[in-house]
Amino acid sequence: MSRIGLFVCHCGINIAATVDVERVAEVVGRDSHVVFATDYKYMCSDPGQQLIKDAIVEHGLDGVIVAACSPGMHEKTFRATAAAVGLNPYRCEIANIREQCSWVHQEEPERATEKAIEIVRTMVEKVRRDEDLVPFELPITRRALVIGGGVAGLEAALSIASAGYPVVLVEREGYLGGKMARLSGTYLNFEAAPDLLQQRVGRVLNHPNIRVLLNAQVTGLEGYVGNFKAEVSGSRVQIPGSNLKPEAPKPETLEVGAVVVATGWDPYPLERLPEYGGGRVPDVIDGLAFEEMLRPGGELRRPSDGRVPREVVFVQCAGSRDPERGVSYCSKVCCMYVAKQAMMFKERVPEGQAYVFYIDIRSAGKGYDEYVQRAMEQHDVLYLRGKVSKIFRRGGRVVVWGADTLAGRPVEVEVDLVVLATAMLPSRGAIPLAQTLHIQTDGYGFYNEAHPKLRPVESLTAGIFLAGAGQGPKDIPEAVAQAGGAAAKVLQLFAQEAMVQEPTVAYVVEELCAACGACVAVCPYEAREIHPVRGIATVNAALCQTCGACVVACPNKASRIHNWEPGQVLAMADVLTEMSS
Amino acid sequence: MRVSYYPGCTLSTKARGYDRSGRAVAAALGVELVELPEWQCCGATFPLATDNSLALIAPTRVLYQAEQAGEQVAALCAICYHVLKRTQTTLERDLEMRERINWFTEQEYQGRVRVVHLLELLRDEPGWDGLAERVTRPLKGLRAAPYYGCLLLRPYDEIRLDDPESPTILHDLLRALGAEPVDFPYNVECCGSYITVKEPKISETMSRDIVASAREHGAQVIVTACPLCQFNLDYPQRETEFGRSGEEIPVVYFTQLMAVALGLPEEDWGLEEYYVDPRPLFRD
Ligand SMILES: Cc1cc2nc3c(=O)[nH]c(=O)nc-3n(C[C@H](O)[C@H](O)[C@H](O)COP(=O)(O)OP(=O)(O)OC[C@H]3O[C@@H](n4cnc5c(N)ncnc54)[C@H](O)[C@@H]3O)c2cc1C
Ligand code: SF4
Ligand code: SF4
Repeated sequence: MSRIGLFVCHCGINIAATVDVERVAEVVGRDSHVVFATDYKYMCSDPGQQLIKDAIVEHGLDGVIVAACSPGMHEKTFRATAAAVGLNPYRCEIANIREQCSWVHQEEPERATEKAIEIVRTMVEKVRRDEDLVPFELPITRRALVIGGGVAGLEAALSIASAGYPVVLVEREGYLGGKMARLSGTYLNFEAAPDLLQQRVGRVLNHPNIRVLLNAQVTGLEGYVGNFKAEVSGSRVQIPGSNLKPEAPKPETLEVGAVVVATGWDPYPLERLPEYGGGRVPDVIDGLAFEEMLRPGGELRRPSDGRVPREVVFVQCAGSRDPERGVSYCSKVCCMYVAKQAMMFKERVPEGQAYVFYIDIRSAGKGYDEYVQRAMEQHDVLYLRGKVSKIFRRGGRVVVWGADTLAGRPVEVEVDLVVLATAMLPSRGAIPLAQTLHIQTDGYGFYNEAHPKLRPVESLTAGIFLAGAGQGPKDIPEAVAQAGGAAAKVLQLFAQEAMVQEPTVAYVVEELCAACGACVAVCPYEAREIHPVRGIATVNAALCQTCGACVVACPNKASRIHNWEPGQVLAMADVLTEMSS
Repeated sequence: MRVSYYPGCTLSTKARGYDRSGRAVAAALGVELVELPEWQCCGATFPLATDNSLALIAPTRVLYQAEQAGEQVAALCAICYHVLKRTQTTLERDLEMRERINWFTEQEYQGRVRVVHLLELLRDEPGWDGLAERVTRPLKGLRAAPYYGCLLLRPYDEIRLDDPESPTILHDLLRALGAEPVDFPYNVECCGSYITVKEPKISETMSRDIVASAREHGAQVIVTACPLCQFNLDYPQRETEFGRSGEEIPVVYFTQLMAVALGLPEEDWGLEEYYVDPRPLFRD
């Protein structure tokens, strides 16, 4: 006979307003294996956890069920609670009666209560059969791989290296700095991008802990958090501070414990904006090209005839916020850099005129709105609220048709140069790279974070972190901040003595395994192989995600998961079918 | 190749020249346009009301007839093409609507017929290179401005004939005929369309800009696939009590230029009825 304690949570009114929590405790409490059952307003609160601890000690519990929210929320919390008073944490389980019950059945409180009882009962059957488990410990390779040498990658590399760990920085191009290396001044104070960048690049190249590989790409990644093997091809080793000729490109394998992906962005191709003359009218250029003209040493001249432009139109949201023809998202940086470029243009050509067509101004950020206001008020940049419909050439000039929706009329402006604030796309090659790294992207190719609010710098693959505009449009301060966050996560990993791995993973009952390989084929995480010497299937516990595919695939029931044993699952199913019959 | 053909009302009345030249050039290229045995008006506008089922009935009847006759139906009139194609797309995607209309018409339209414009047919077969080979009288040096308008190309999601912002299909055809396509910025601007019935001043203003732009870019002739565009661009250039400006540009259908280039007899050109007479351009 087990001695299980049941703790039913109200979650304020989240559960209790729909599910009769007292009844759940009362009904399931009658089960002979349940020796203690209660309900409480917030189980996750300190008094709630204390209640669990006290009951474990007082009643000598050998199993705990917390009927509450999803295990994704608080499984860790309650397992730690149980462990604090000496109960093996893997004997503490969550019965999810919030996301899978009260939230979805608000209209039917009675049936919701019945369902909650069923859910908790199945957990009783599981917990009865749970065993003590001990987490695995795995070694950690304390070296990081940073992919992409833009401002985000540089920041991540410097932060990790400065904490004392070696870093390999892999950059596809022959130079460091990414797009920032092509910018002129930067908002908000017009500080020259090349100067800002040069210090960073210098520090990276001279850092004893950083090895920089230029013209290099990551072509393969195997292993798991703490123990990756990365294939890098076409690398030329840049020897810090020396003028030695770079080595001939040669592929190599790097052993690393963590990866930071900072591959950044690429501009939306002008050719995809034919209605704006993109790729057809030489004096229609994109924001990056205009940055290059504004740079120290750059020349502010029209591509067609080399004249200095007097009148310039800036078109915001070119390709952005256009689900029909472009991308649906806002590229976030263009409202700001257009204001910057318009002001820089007016500095150079004080008698000139700058027009900005915009849908609305998105300048959220400290000092950002004031900056745009400055462009309007102190630099006489003429902001016209409306979309541009068409851009074409007339004689030597460029005609822009648009709407002024504030005045309620169509407008035509004839100018010397048009700057399209084109959308930010994920860097070309981001999708294949994501496949190589086994991380996910959204439909556009921006890397997906593990959780949009709480885990913004992690990918869903443990040990792979995200930084910069490759995860979504970002400006420099945001890219740098995210890179710092990613570096902190890497350091957090490296600071552990060993990596602790959950023991609730698949294993193989050796005497039942016929080495048919069915499990190897179905495992989506490449966690299984047929052992070359032992001739049976084996599991790489560090890669197993407990999905259960192999358990179903195995014809001999040799493939199992700790604490999800066939006996447990069948008993859970039995109790359900008994109740409904 | 035999293809069902839906002429539509305008091509049977005001735009006979388009119909005549269209049938003639198709025949010359080995495409027999077989007129649907009993056709009726398609309604001439694609309804944009929230409940548009009533107005979808007429075009669905046409599609039903076409489905009985074969796999595809060709149109020349850009408006008929627009209405039929959008109706077809709508009924292909919206099963409920199809059932509703079928219930009313008591005809089982299956939603399968492919609506094509003659331009599309020719692009596939004989193709532009194939067409160029059959040209016996190349339109050498003719600066022709392809004018696409709206209804032939928009909305892209439902029509999918060519890029509505920077189309090339007429350009390509003109090149195959040996002419020199003139790119001008107004080539996909609206001519005013039906507004010409109610507010002719508005559409005349819109049309004049289009013609003026074509002229500025050196066009000798404007080429269209739409009877309403043809009228809207041609009519404002008519002779008035003040005479003519001398800067008129004739507006013709692409099939008419093809008829000339393929060496067909003058009666197949169908160029008699226009306010600005195009014929002097083609008489040696
Ligand atoms: C016209 C314009 C003006 C701007 N002005 C400002 C401004 O004034 N202030 C501001 O804060 N922001 C500005 N921005 C935004 C700024 O450019 C970005 O925030 C910044 O570039 C993001 O840096 P990143 O490191 O994330 O990406 P990137 O700069 O794109 O760097 C990514 C790096 O990764 C490399 N890479 C890509 N793929 C691979 C791969 N597969 N393997 C290896 N390496 C790879 C690339 O070569 C590149 O070096 C501007 C943007 C534009 C378009
Ligand atoms: S940042 Fe501004 S210009 Fe850029 S897409 Fe968003 S709203 Fe448009
Ligand atoms: S449980 Fe899933 S991830 Fe783990 S070994 Fe089996 S198939 Fe692979």
